[in-house]
Amino acid sequence: MSIPLKIISVLAWRNLWRNYRRTSIMLLAIVVGVWAMIFMNALMIGMVDGMVKGGIRNLPGHAQIHHPAYRDDPSVVNNMPAPAGDLLKALGSDGVLGWSARVRVPAVISSERDSRGVILLGVDPVREAGVGFDLSDLVDGRFLEAADDTGLVVGAKLLQRLETRLGKRVVVMSQDPHNNVAERGFRIVGVYSAELDSQEETFIYAGRETVQKMLEMGSAISEVAILGQDYRDLSVWYPALEQAAGSGLEVRDWRELDAFLDTMLGVQDGMALVLIVIIFIALSFGLVNTMVMAVFERIREIGLMQALGMRPSSILYQVLVEAFILLVLGLVLGNLLALLTIAPLESGIDISGIADGAEMFGMSTVLYPALRAGDMVMASVIVMVLGLLSSFLPAWRAAHINPVEAINKI
Amino acid sequence: MSSVSCKDLSKTFTQGDEIIVGLDQVSINIEEGSFVCLSGPSGSGKTTLLNAIGGLDKPDGGEITIGEQRVDQMRKAELADMRLHNIGFVFQAYNLIPVLTALENVEFVMQVQGRAVAERRPAAMAILEEVGLKGMQDRLPSQLSGGQQQRVAVARAIVSKPTLVLADEPTANLDTKTSAQLMDLFVELNERRRVTFVIATHDPRIMAYCKRLIKMQDGKIVADDLQQPAIAAAG
Repeated sequence: MSIPLKIISVLAWRNLWRNYRRTSIMLLAIVVGVWAMIFMNALMIGMVDGMVKGGIRNLPGHAQIHHPAYRDDPSVVNNMPAPAGDLLKALGSDGVLGWSARVRVPAVISSERDSRGVILLGVDPVREAGVGFDLSDLVDGRFLEAADDTGLVVGAKLLQRLETRLGKRVVVMSQDPHNNVAERGFRIVGVYSAELDSQEETFIYAGRETVQKMLEMGSAISEVAILGQDYRDLSVWYPALEQAAGSGLEVRDWRELDAFLDTMLGVQDGMALVLIVIIFIALSFGLVNTMVMAVFERIREIGLMQALGMRPSSILYQVLVEAFILLVLGLVLGNLLALLTIAPLESGIDISGIADGAEMFGMSTVLYPALRAGDMVMASVIVMVLGLLSSFLPAWRAAHINPVEAINKI
Repeated sequence: MSSVSCKDLSKTFTQGDEIIVGLDQVSINIEEGSFVCLSGPSGSGKTTLLNAIGGLDKPDGGEITIGEQRVDQMRKAELADMRLHNIGFVFQAYNLIPVLTALENVEFVMQVQGRAVAERRPAAMAILEEVGLKGMQDRLPSQLSGGQQQRVAVARAIVSKPTLVLADEPTANLDTKTSAQLMDLFVELNERRRVTFVIATHDPRIMAYCKRLIKMQDGKIVADDLQQPAIAAAG
């Protein structure tokens, strides 16, 4: 006759808490393991997310529409009409958070002290702020106020290179579609900072209509940058956009636009997986070890229970139920600990001191741990399954102890 | 159910290179309601025989029958069920479950049998009182003396009303008075409920309670005598 689960559960629960020292050690091992998995996963995801989001913002967007020749020759000649008709409708579909039509051309900026090659971005500031420019990056002055704003926003590093300052005038020179030099004087109205010095040195922002007028390109633009809800899943809106753009325009997602970023994402995902596997293995060894020790410590007791009439299968269930209770408690506490330790770090962890050169790989020097419910559930399910599997060996050994030998063990 | 029959039981143990004979062609019949003592020096095979009868240790050869059931042919689960429902054990060392209180230890077998608290709690309390441990039910084994622990072990062995009690030196750690009380209890259970007792002992005072005395030496039965119990149950 098998013992009802209720009785086994009562015996298991009682046994766990009478051995509170051993139970506490095992619980601690599980809690630390669960916490480490969730915490490290959150850090890795935060790192990948930061890298991709930073990269996407620099690019910017989850996808871009261009003239088919623009990517090979990003000159003003390879322009496209501003979105209209079906394309405009597709840009307004669900899943598209924002889009920005830009003029983007190579240019030279000159101050009274120096000149630099830059990329001139003619933007509609309202749309751009929702897609490619984070207003919190402004460190001085203001951002553009309208598409016909005649001011210029430059990076802090460029300002330093040009040995100029906010409020001073600079000259921006480029080429118009007729291969004539086009130039215009701009007053610097804003200064921004970026994760990468190269970004601060490269991109300058002016009003789109002002740039269009300067380059004599009418209402034509260089590109449309689109921002969706999730950079990992563009399927909601991307196909419709491709269809609306037709064959006259080229639509590319961020993976195609920035192969380096895509590769780095793959590398980071792989590293995260390796790290998680290592933690899983360490956790499973810890679990097996503590459970085996727990069984051997109780060998007399288990032998006695068998001698008194407890079936081997009941012993096996009892050890498994003890492991299950421990795992449930460990998971609850581990998840809580992860929540408690990650929540205060939501504002970011400054790793600039230990991450010299991280910027080279497009990584931010501020790490934002990303705690996702799905990851917590997955980690919990994996730990539970792994824990029960790990407990099976000691449970099986406990069930097959010879009662006479066990009782006589000192 | 409680008659025990052993036929040509043999059991050897290996200790290093040495082979030790535990049981050597032991044959014995113990009728239902018997009160039997196994005596003999250490290593004579008393404990080995008790373990074999109780299905704790498998003999190398021979047959063991309890009632109509062939113990030597049972699977582990069947042996466990038989011990749970029919046999009460009193081991040489007290062998209580250290994490359970005296009351919980006594209740353990009934709990595993699936009996409700309302049924098992009063029975456990009554038997604890009977073995002189009233008021000590909430103590852990570590908080009890050796004699008290042995009394808890005895209470656990008899509380579920087994038909066969196998006791290995049950009074080894008890004082004379408590030993006598315990043996009185055994005799009373034997006479009133016809519980079969097989008791391994060195103690002549315990042997004096037995109706049958089996002497063992080197794994063999060297004497098997019926006797008039010198000490009858008190009261």
